[in-house]
Amino acid sequence: MKAARRGLIGAIGLFLYAPIFVLIVFSFNASKSQMVWGGFTLSWYGDLFRDNLVLSSLYTTLSIGVLASALSSVIGTAAAIGFHAMRRKPRGVCLQVNNIPVVNPDIITGVSFRLLFVVFLSLFAAIGLDLQLGFVSLLLAHMSFCIPYVILSVLPKLGQMGANVYEAALDLGAHPLAALRKAVLPEIMPGVVSGFIISFTLSIDDFMISYFTSGTAVQTLPVTIYSMTRKRISPEINALSTIMFLSVLLLLILVNVLQSKDTKKHKRT
Amino acid sequence: MSGELIRLAELSMAYDGETVLDNINLNIKDREFLTLLGPSGCGKTTTLRIIGGFEAPTAGDVYFDGVRINNLPPYKRRVNTVFQKYALFPHLNVYENVAFGLRISKVREAEIARRVGESLELVGLAGYDRRRVHQLSGGQQQRVAIARAVVNRPQVLLLDEPLGALDLKLRKEMQTELKAIQQQVGITFVYVTHDQEEALTMSDTVVVMNKGIIMQVGTPMDIYNEPINAFVADFIGESNIITGVMHSDYHVEFASAQWECVDTGFDPHQNVDVVIRPEDIRLTNPENAPISGVVKSVTFKGVHYESKIEQGDIEWTVHSTAAPVPGTRVGISLTPEDLHIMDKPEEFRNPAAASRESDVLAEEEGTEGGVW
Repeated sequence: MKAARRGLIGAIGLFLYAPIFVLIVFSFNASKSQMVWGGFTLSWYGDLFRDNLVLSSLYTTLSIGVLASALSSVIGTAAAIGFHAMRRKPRGVCLQVNNIPVVNPDIITGVSFRLLFVVFLSLFAAIGLDLQLGFVSLLLAHMSFCIPYVILSVLPKLGQMGANVYEAALDLGAHPLAALRKAVLPEIMPGVVSGFIISFTLSIDDFMISYFTSGTAVQTLPVTIYSMTRKRISPEINALSTIMFLSVLLLLILVNVLQSKDTKKHKRT
Repeated sequence: MSGELIRLAELSMAYDGETVLDNINLNIKDREFLTLLGPSGCGKTTTLRIIGGFEAPTAGDVYFDGVRINNLPPYKRRVNTVFQKYALFPHLNVYENVAFGLRISKVREAEIARRVGESLELVGLAGYDRRRVHQLSGGQQQRVAIARAVVNRPQVLLLDEPLGALDLKLRKEMQTELKAIQQQVGITFVYVTHDQEEALTMSDTVVVMNKGIIMQVGTPMDIYNEPINAFVADFIGESNIITGVMHSDYHVEFASAQWECVDTGFDPHQNVDVVIRPEDIRLTNPENAPISGVVKSVTFKGVHYESKIEQGDIEWTVHSTAAPVPGTRVGISLTPEDLHIMDKPEEFRNPAAASRESDVLAEEEGTEGGVW
């Protein structure tokens, strides 16, 4: 019975991770073939770092990721503090609204953002400003899907915070902003940090929304990979995907470690 | 105790049209220990929060040292608060928690160290500086909260049921200690509690509140011995409250008997409440007493026995050192000094009197809860 159960878990694991395993293995394949093993090589990784298109996309992805998650952390934390201070009914409404982007299919978000941006671009064109879809539109779109996750990860921290902590700081002479910074922020920091990391992982692996909002001048890595597969199938893509997979995995492990540390701390109190 | 420090003038508070405080007038003297006492939902915490600056009254004024402070934010008031659930800062250790207010007001480091040390010693936590807040017991956290407030040398310390979460023995210890701390630092304490014993033990002045209205203000002895109405009498210790008729001065009828009393100044044949403390009643032979009843139950309470005695539709509560035998008939004997005669407050004694006031009160009772 026990062996059967283990076998089943193993089979599920294999089913889930075999594709990634194959991808990683083939990123070291000396042969260009997708089927034949031609010996071990690191040359695809070398090619990758000489490929200007890939490098500039990587730069875009990382800078969008960092900027979008940093801005989203600030805005999302402020929003969460606002939600927390609300009475129950309006807070419920706000939370529902906050959940819409989370459950909305990415393709609809992407298409609607594109429409919105195009409308704005034509408005700008009408007053003589010639703007294109690019970095700013990408950044705004990424922030829009990151903010809800920051809110969702900060709100529980505010709930755990003792009642009156903010008022106690005011009572001891702190101005509202100082009270937030010195009393509230240290309490909710773990939530803000995990919100930042979740945002970053979401941002760097987003394809759908980036595809519709990036235009032609600026491209993120997933969009670049997609267009590479359409031209020719190169093992370079395997190497690139391997790196992305490992980076995201690393970040997720980091989030889990942070969160488990935090729960341990709360159990002790 | 000297002049007036805080004055609440015609203070009213409503949340979403629901009245929580109704025309509160109160003077708080400098250096006194004043307790706001009442059942939950009576408005005592709201009163405290208005003094602290966390809520603005919907009507009326708050004066501090003669200056109107209605719109002064909490961080500009010379008042500090000890919150019900401590509200310590968990990311800071004990020392930094206590030093928080001093750091905000940019006190020099040496001065901070000295004053934090003094405050921790005052609350009996010398040497706990480096402990984390979550390593402390509930009682110790409460002490840190007191030290954190007192260290700023406020003119008034507001305490919102600070002992509510502690066990009985610790609570008794802390009562004595709080009173000692108040006398040592020599500042005004405004203390909120629903525990009448706590109020009587510690206070110079007790303010009894009910349904957003101040019922009575007085010393603990005044409040206990001369309660102004049946609500106060019942809330401050157990009481037998019996409807009677005041036929003339010194002469009252209740419990199917005529009694001599010490009260005067009522209208002839006025309906009154007669309040009798359970410990004032003496149980005698039925033949030697004006009235008698049957012992329904006897409960051992430690210092005394509490008996329920049924006389017609009146159930008497009696405290006595000797236990009567359940089922037997006993006489109830009272002296004129044992009888406290009070006006019947119509709004909560007589539901038939459908005045405007009683409607308002009934409404409040029905919608209570959400705000608290």
